[in-house]
Amino acid sequence: MTATDDALRQPETAVSMTQPEGRAGVQRLLRRMAVVAIGVLAALLPQLQVSVPGVLPGPTWTPGSLQLLAVCLLIGALAATYNLVFAVTGMLSFGHALYFALGCYVFAMLLGHARLPLVPAALLTLCIGTVITLVVGLISLRVTGIAFAMVTLAFAQAGSVLVLRNVHGLTGGEEGLGLVPAPLPTWLVGVDNTQNLYWIALAVAVVVLAAVGWIVGSRAGHVMMAVRDNELRVRVLGIRPYVVRLISFTAAGALATLIGMAYLLVQGGANPQITTSSFTLTLLVMVVLGGLGSRWGAVVGGVTYTLLDQRLGVLAASEHVTTLPAPLRVPLSQPTFILGALFVIVVLFLPGGLTGFVARLTGRTDNAPLTELSEAESR
Amino acid sequence: MSTVILLAVTGLGLGALYFLVASGLSLIYGVMRILNFAHGAFLTVGGYLGYEVGVHAGVHARSWPVFVVMLAVGAIAGTILAMLVEILLIRRLYQREIEQVLVTVGLGLAAVALVTGIWGPDTRPMPSPSWMARTTSIIGAAVPNVCFACIAASVVVLIALQFLLARTRYGLIIRAGVENRSMVAALGIDVRRTFTAVFMLGGGLAGFGGVLTALYNSALSPAMGDSLLIFAFIVVVIGGLGSVTGSAIAAAAVAILQQFANYYTTSGVGDLIVVAALAAVLLVRPGGLSGRQVRLA
Repeated sequence: MTATDDALRQPETAVSMTQPEGRAGVQRLLRRMAVVAIGVLAALLPQLQVSVPGVLPGPTWTPGSLQLLAVCLLIGALAATYNLVFAVTGMLSFGHALYFALGCYVFAMLLGHARLPLVPAALLTLCIGTVITLVVGLISLRVTGIAFAMVTLAFAQAGSVLVLRNVHGLTGGEEGLGLVPAPLPTWLVGVDNTQNLYWIALAVAVVVLAAVGWIVGSRAGHVMMAVRDNELRVRVLGIRPYVVRLISFTAAGALATLIGMAYLLVQGGANPQITTSSFTLTLLVMVVLGGLGSRWGAVVGGVTYTLLDQRLGVLAASEHVTTLPAPLRVPLSQPTFILGALFVIVVLFLPGGLTGFVARLTGRTDNAPLTELSEAESR
Repeated sequence: MSTVILLAVTGLGLGALYFLVASGLSLIYGVMRILNFAHGAFLTVGGYLGYEVGVHAGVHARSWPVFVVMLAVGAIAGTILAMLVEILLIRRLYQREIEQVLVTVGLGLAAVALVTGIWGPDTRPMPSPSWMARTTSIIGAAVPNVCFACIAASVVVLIALQFLLARTRYGLIIRAGVENRSMVAALGIDVRRTFTAVFMLGGGLAGFGGVLTALYNSALSPAMGDSLLIFAFIVVVIGGLGSVTGSAIAAAAVAILQQFANYYTTSGVGDLIVVAALAAVLLVRPGGLSGRQVRLA
């Protein structure tokens, strides 16, 4: 078995691995403390003056940096929900962007066109998103494998077409849908309140990651992994894989809807770009980039991708690049080219993605990239 | 009446383009079990290189020989690109199908971005023979001639593919590979060479289709490959993965349905109906119209 094989097979070995109870307990405690510390640090960022040259446009308290960080958090959380569908349950969905876009657009329409207040609009959007995910799941999970990938892709494409066609001017077409006429509370409007938006994004990310962790650690999560690894065996045990897949699919879709709503607030509008199939493909790229199978890997992948995408764009416009000769300038001026090439390199040479690579550097090859799976097992 | 004929012929022209992309995708999936997300990029690159030929030909761009060269350059570019991708990237990942798909995803993103970097994100007018831009009257319907060119090219490709698959040794190996890949390998046939050949064939068809797509739209943009790719995927699944004839029938059906629905209702409804048709076909016959059981990838 080669190294890359390991990356995809690792979940199986990780699940079957048993750790000594005491060491696992200490590790789990340390890990929890680290997570809490990172969370507290993230919550305090708007009050701190931390500069990361090259990564953030300014100190952390500035609105530009806060908005970028908020987008990173949300995309990272979105990647974690995709990880639940793709890496945990083993369903190659090409339509995950649909549920994110649904949250974004339905929320924008309820706020802007229907002029609902914030909280009822949010609750209604979440309900609509969950129901639509459930219906799409009910239909598309009738088939599996590549056929499933195609049906989800087709549904997402239908959503994209609907948004772009701008029926009755509801979705704004290629222009996107702004939040301007919406009756928002004042603490959410304006550049001065970017830190409130950041805290909302952080809260949503924490809720989503906790929910994903809870699902993976629950009995349903165990069966999801079992469906991925050996569907026949799950059937023999008397569990219907269809229902298990549907739970995973719907949960991930509902969480994606929630993230979409926060994304709308942070971005101040809905952009048709997020409805396209290439956005789902970038989610796939993020999950693989960060390291398959772990929600933290997916978050790392999502945050890395978003930061690179933003900052490479800035780099492309800078003098360092614009003065280069054409054969160098043209590829470097396209962030997507660099990210796509980087992704191919990761798939070819870095099994386990970025988190797996770091784990190997620090010599923790055994359980690090898939801590979550072994954690789930040891509970 | 004339509207119906116009819609039918332009629909068939669009179907011809779908077929050029879908037949390659279908063969690649049938033999190699790879869903090639870089296929749209092959098409776009072929289209742009054909465009470059047309631009460099200057005043001669409207003559037939230049047109033939454009098509040839598109096809050759697609073939070479596919060969490089297969040998340098896909071959390293044989037996690991998910990673092969991932590599094609990354490659598709990177290639389209590179095309955007070189030729810019905006649509450009495509130079074409003046005959193409004119129309021919069929029972009162003024049909753009480019539709006939697309249909003719696709029919030739369909016949050539059928001949290749049914009458040649390579075709025999490809058909056998679609049915049972491990058996072909067990009989001592070098499956790897077949893989490369099939991938190149698909890439060539995509590059060829790229030039025709640009002519059909009389414009080209970096996104044209990917927007066509989605409908080609739908065609492949409806037609049955691995079946060329199925792809041809599904391509014509999908395109005509789309064309009529887009005309008689509002634009965009046709796209939605195609999606609904895909869902319906998969739910009724999960193997597609050709009825073959879809293997789990």
